[in-house]
Amino acid sequence: MRIEVSIRKTLRSKGREFHLEVEFTCQDDVSVVFGASGSGKSATLRAIAGLDRPDSGRIVVDGRVLFDSARGIDVPARMRSVGYVFQDYALFPHLTVEENVALPVNPWWRRRPAREVAKRVQDLLDIFEIGSLAQSYPWQISGGQRQRVGLARTLIRKPAILLLDEPFAALDPLLRIRMRQELLNTQWLFKVPMLVITHDPQDVAALAENLVVLRKGRVERTVDLKGPPYRDEKGIPVRGVIRRLLMDTSVDSNGTPVSIPLRAMR
Amino acid sequence: MASTEVMVPLLLTLRVAGWATVFATAFGVLVAYAVARSRFPGRDLLDAAMTLPMVMPPTVLGYYILVLVGRRGPIGAWLDSTFGITLIFTWQGAVIASAIVAFPLVYKAAATAFEGVDPQYEQAARVLGKSEWAVFLRVTLPLAWPGILAGAMLAFARAMGEFGATLMVAGSIPGKTQTLSIAVYEAVQAGKDDVANFLVIVTSVVCITILVASGKLLKPRYAG
Repeated sequence: MRIEVSIRKTLRSKGREFHLEVEFTCQDDVSVVFGASGSGKSATLRAIAGLDRPDSGRIVVDGRVLFDSARGIDVPARMRSVGYVFQDYALFPHLTVEENVALPVNPWWRRRPAREVAKRVQDLLDIFEIGSLAQSYPWQISGGQRQRVGLARTLIRKPAILLLDEPFAALDPLLRIRMRQELLNTQWLFKVPMLVITHDPQDVAALAENLVVLRKGRVERTVDLKGPPYRDEKGIPVRGVIRRLLMDTSVDSNGTPVSIPLRAMR
Repeated sequence: MASTEVMVPLLLTLRVAGWATVFATAFGVLVAYAVARSRFPGRDLLDAAMTLPMVMPPTVLGYYILVLVGRRGPIGAWLDSTFGITLIFTWQGAVIASAIVAFPLVYKAAATAFEGVDPQYEQAARVLGKSEWAVFLRVTLPLAWPGILAGAMLAFARAMGEFGATLMVAGSIPGKTQTLSIAVYEAVQAGKDDVANFLVIVTSVVCITILVASGKLLKPRYAG
């Protein structure tokens, strides 16, 4: 499983211009794109999903060309087989948990799960331990449960890759720790490669096998975190850099820097 | 007071207002969706044109309709020669007049409702593999529905009270095109105060009921 991204896009808003020029390749189970807000990570993720169209470039997922400006290829979002979990999960407020999960595989004239998909819906709800919430509406369930519904809804179509936009930002800090582990379990269970974007170094520490650091619309560096010694794309050891990256931006409630063990070091 | 003097115009009014609401809602939702979800030159102009029936005097509107669908009008002549249909002085003509007068109420409500739908839900549905038709039917329309329904109810109330344009297009033929509001006018003119009183009360009750119901529908749902 390999993702190739090479895109350019100029975004304009309120008279300000932002140039996105991102290029990276990754082929791990969990890759993390890390960057501050405004670094272009959301724009990158939206381009991969087909929600925004880059000015030029190329996007290849698992050997399938999703976008290639030179060849005039732009596969519509609905045909990309890309799963996208929104930051606040974007569960449909007018549909129950069960109807949310059934929507991707239901025929357009059905709201309730059709007979041929009911079993799949039920199985997925059981896997995510939300079977008892099948008839609840999104506003009636907790943040962690919403994330599970969002994942189940996306995974029911067996996407080639799962894109997650700040998956833990909407959760309270204590819950984040548990949901990170759940996400890794989900990855292992469904064998679906994930690309996570985040501004939280703890997400990098807990999840990343491959790290892409974005800064002002460009890739600052990519780091292979699968095992020490960690080296960047030029082969330079970067262990200290990752530690500093984590130390710089993660502080506990007293403002003291916290260092977090990297996933691969556990 | 003969009950036919009340029942006949009441039933006719409900039929005319019902059909007018159906047409106004169908077209109002379509045009509002197109305007809300696309950017094209002249969009603001189209928006203004669609709202025009709300501010124009109904008699002026009625005159326009007469010019268009009258026997010598371009649409009227075509209908007459092709299908042998005449709309002037028929209850179907009253439906057209009421639908056009009531149209902006649905159109405005639907446009506001569509703009209030977070585009993220539509994007989510697209990434989940749904076609544009399925996105509209399963996501956009249900989320905008309370607002559209409130607009449709207002349109129904407006169509029930329609007087000017209906009189111009369909006239006041008792039992055929004489709706409640026209019957009230005729009753007052003829000095039948008891009939007029009763018709006025019936109309008021129906209109108040609709306003209260549509106000309830406009209250936010999905709060949590």
